Order: sequence, then C-alpha cells, then structure tokens
Amino acid sequence: MAGSTLVFARPRTERRGLRPLARRVLRSPSGAVGVALLAVLTAAAFGWSWVTPYDPAAQDLSVTVHPPSLTPIRGNVHLLGTDQLGRDILSRLLVGLRISLLVALAVVPLSVLLGLVMGMVTGYRGGWLDLALMRVVDAQLAIPTLLLMVAVVAVLGSGLLQIVMVLVIAGWPTYARVVRAEVLALREREFVAAARAVGASDARILARHVLHNVLPTVLVLATLQLPVVIVLEAALSFLGLGIQPPTPSLGQMLGHSQEVVWRAWWMPTIPGVAITLLVLAFNLMGDRLRDVLDPRLRGLGQL
Amino acid sequence: MTAYVIRRLALSLVAMFGVITIVFVLLHVSGDPATLLVSQEATQDDIDRIRQAYGLDQPLSVQYARFAARVVRGDLGFSYRQGLPVAELIVERLRATFELALAGLAVAVLLGVPLGLIAAARHGSAVDTAAMTLALLGTSVPSFWLGLLLIIVFGVQLRWLPVSGYGSLEHLLMPAFVLGGFYAAQISRLTRASLLEVLAQDYIRTARAKGLAGRAVLLKHVLRNAALPVVTVVGLDFGRMLGGAVVVETIFAWPGMGRLAVQAVLGRDFPVVQGAAIMGAAVFLAVNLIIDLLYGWVDPRLRAAAHRA
Repeated sequence: MAGSTLVFARPRTERRGLRPLARRVLRSPSGAVGVALLAVLTAAAFGWSWVTPYDPAAQDLSVTVHPPSLTPIRGNVHLLGTDQLGRDILSRLLVGLRISLLVALAVVPLSVLLGLVMGMVTGYRGGWLDLALMRVVDAQLAIPTLLLMVAVVAVLGSGLLQIVMVLVIAGWPTYARVVRAEVLALREREFVAAARAVGASDARILARHVLHNVLPTVLVLATLQLPVVIVLEAALSFLGLGIQPPTPSLGQMLGHSQEVVWRAWWMPTIPGVAITLLVLAFNLMGDRLRDVLDPRLRGLGQL
Repeated sequence: MTAYVIRRLALSLVAMFGVITIVFVLLHVSGDPATLLVSQEATQDDIDRIRQAYGLDQPLSVQYARFAARVVRGDLGFSYRQGLPVAELIVERLRATFELALAGLAVAVLLGVPLGLIAAARHGSAVDTAAMTLALLGTSVPSFWLGLLLIIVFGVQLRWLPVSGYGSLEHLLMPAFVLGGFYAAQISRLTRASLLEVLAQDYIRTARAKGLAGRAVLLKHVLRNAALPVVTVVGLDFGRMLGGAVVVETIFAWPGMGRLAVQAVLGRDFPVVQGAAIMGAAVFLAVNLIIDLLYGWVDPRLRAAAHRA
C-alpha cells in the first residue's frame, strides 16, 4: 500500500486463490458432475462445432425429416437425422450449442459490468443518484422479463447482436440491486473508514476495498444467471424473435420442430436435451459455487 | 398501519410511473417512433399523418406528458392490425392469463410444498436426494421443451389431452403443469431449506427439551416459522406467472396476454406490445402490493421496519 504505514485487516478477503476454490467445487459429487458435463459440452461447442459433418445451413430437399440413424441415406450419414429442409441436425446442434454459450458468455460479463458500476457508485454515493437509479431498477424489474424482452425486440429488431443487447438490458438491474445492498453495508465498515482516514480517494476505496468484497457475491450471482440467460435466449429464439436463420440456435431448432411434432418426436427432443444438459451443468456448478463462496445467497438461484 | 399502507402504495405508484417512462424511452430510442406505430406497408403520407395524430412532431417533454396522461386514463392507443383499442384487446385476454396463472400456482404449491416437506423430514436420506434431484431437473428443463414433450406423449401418442386451445379443464392441464412445474421445483427447494433452517434454531431445541410432543413442535413452532419465506416466494411467483406465461401460452395456443404480445411483435403491432408491457407490470405491481399489505397486517415486524426506513 503506497505511502501508508497504517496496517488494517481486510475482513473476509484472505486471498483464497482459484485453485483451492476449484478443489472445493470439485469435491462434491454434484459440483464434479456439473463441471464434467460442462467440459464436454464446451468442448463440443468450441471444438467439434468447427468440423461439423455438414454445413449446418446446407439444405437437401431429398432427405427431409429423417430420423437419427447410422445407415447412409444416398451416401450421407445423418447421425441425428435431418430437419424439414434436409439440414443435418447434428451439425446444427453443435453450432447452436456454440451460439448459446457465446451469447451467455457475452451477456453475463456485460451485465455484471454495468450492474457492478451502477450498484457500486449509487450504493457508495447515495443521495439523489441512488434514489433515481433504484426507482429505475424497481420499474424495470416490475415489467415481466419476457414481456420486456419482447418489447425491446420490437424496437431493436432481432439478430445476434440485438439479442445480446436485449439480454444485457434485461439483466443488469439484478446485479445492480445486489451490489448496491452489499456496498451499503460495506461502506459503514471500519476498513473503509480507515482507508478514508489515511486519505484514499473514493475511486481508490471502491476499486481496492469495496470491489474486493463484492466480487464473491457477484461471481456466484453471475454463475447462477448463466443458465437463466441461456434459457431466455433459447425462449426468444423459440418464439422466432431471437437468433435468425441461417444462424442456427437451439431455441430456433425447437421452435421449428413444432410444425412436425406429431410425426417426428426426435426433432424437439434433440435440442431439448442439449439445452437441459447445458442448463443442468451450470445449475450444478452454480449451486456448489454458492455453497462454497457465499452461503448467505441461498434462494438467489432464480431470476 | 396507515403509514405503512400509504408508503407501500406510493412506492408502487412511483414504480408504475417508472414503467411508463421506460416504455416511452423504448419507443423513442429507435430514432423515428412513427415508423414503429405504422405497418410496414405504410407510405410516407401515412407516417406523416401518424406523426401528427400522435403529436410526434411536438417536443419530447410535451410528448412525454401527453403519453403519461393517456396511459393514466387507461388509453393505451390503437392496434392497427385489429383496429381496436389496445386496452380492450388486453382486458379481453387477461381472463385467460389469470386462469392459467392460478392453475399454475396450484400446481406449483401442490407439488412443491409436499416434495420439500418430505425431503426435509427425511433429511440426508435417499428420499431427500431423490426429491432434490427431481427439483434440480425441474429447474433445468426449459418450459418450451417440457411443453413439446407433453404434447408428444399425452397429445400425440396417448391422445388423452388436446394439444392446444382454450375452454375446458382438459385444455388447462398441460399448460398449467408446464407453467407451474418450474416454480414447483423452486418452491420444493425453498421449503426444504426453510424447514431445515427453522429446525436448527434454539427455540425448537427448547420446545423439545421442555418435553413438547413432536407433533406440537412441528405444528406450532416449525411450520409456522418456515412458512413465511415460502409464502413470500409463492406470492412473487404468482406475479411472475401472470406476466411470464409468454412461452407457455404460445406453445399451447392459449389466448392470453403473452401470446398477444408475441403475435403483436411478429406482426409489428407496436402499440399492442407496449400495452402488454405496461399492463404486465401493472398486474405484477398490484399483486405484490396486495401481498405486502397482507404481510404488514399479519406480521407487525414488517410494519415497524417500514416505519423506521
């Protein structure tokens, strides 16, 4: 610490490093299953999806709605079958998985960043800014998430970039509210008063002392929000308001399968299982991470 | 109590005002709101006419005041697709949404609470593990897939239930289960956690130590205290179901507000989308207000806390 000879303990922040944390997550069976499942799905999404057996957008109208099979159809093997336009479902599934993960991995850090900044500044400063922002948060959280997203889509239009924006807009208030509550409690603590006493600026206090104590909570919340974001993206795409063709997505595949649900049970089942496994993996990991990092957050596992 | 009621009421009104503001901002961030309010086939003449009719050529502050005044009077504009007032269209659909949310709530409570009770009673056993695995699956299966799955099994294969539509109890079963299933899973986890927490409290040990029968402890001390967080979440869930049935209503062609909103976006009928967002928020806030007021009445601690704040 530059210049200061004053020593004060920072509570609750013994640097615990990532490695012991990972070990504690992996120690429980549920945590281990979650991480393993996620590893497999991530490998498929970011490795296998670049070498898919077929072009996920290539149509072949001579083999439409074909069930999964190992035997070649006109010289082509479609392991998971084909859809109404004769596109290979396995290829679409792999690319769709990648899109789902990419969207979630873009949306969650952006929402965290926005929520963190808003929550820290308003919680620390208080005053009219705090009052105004919290009313905005209240109002936004009052609009049911999907209705809000649908309304934003109506303005912004649909597509990959727009979906990321919609999800960030819908996501940040949750973080802002939680961060603000933490900061309100933290700013009364002795170590913040001590930092102020030795002449640290507000920005320095926030960055060095407050952020440190807020991060575990935010990390847990972010992990728990990942599956929520995946489901919301899939839901939008399912409704035809999310990712637009030719880019495949899991929700879109489920949406299209509605037309043939009466004769092709595998069409909704394949992407459905994929989304469920993805969400399950994140839920298992998130639950465990919460128990390890911040047991007070029980009950936060929902939007 | 009066101070508490007034305070809660004021907070809800402020939030509603915020909702109106958000929707207004939403309409204007796209650049030219007039293009959002007309159909795609509209000519430049139509757009100019809309701009004048809605006062979109006025300064923003004037527009905002007019918009807010209009919404407060219950005027949500006109749907150009159906040529009817948006408020009328939505009120027509609210009944179906309300029925579905009530049925979903029944599913969530009737499945979730017993599952959580059983898991807590057999804490640490195989029954507990099984119940919580089921709950985890319940929170992980997305509603749109569960809905299609049920349609395949009960509608297409077994032919027991109609796959879509509205009117009879048979029509209600699948949508209610799909809507309530997710919340049932969450409620079961919460019920279990809440019970276990109360069971670990000192006053339970005291009650046991002074020789109270197991049943008396359970009924008088455990359930009463464990119920409060569960009831809170059930109330919140009801509010969410009222506004969040968008997907379920679409899958089962349920004629509710959520489906209306989706169809409106697909048909570029912005006034209807706008109205649905405002109405959804109003319903959510109203439900929350009622729950909070009931609480203040039941639990004097809350009133005191609100008074201090």
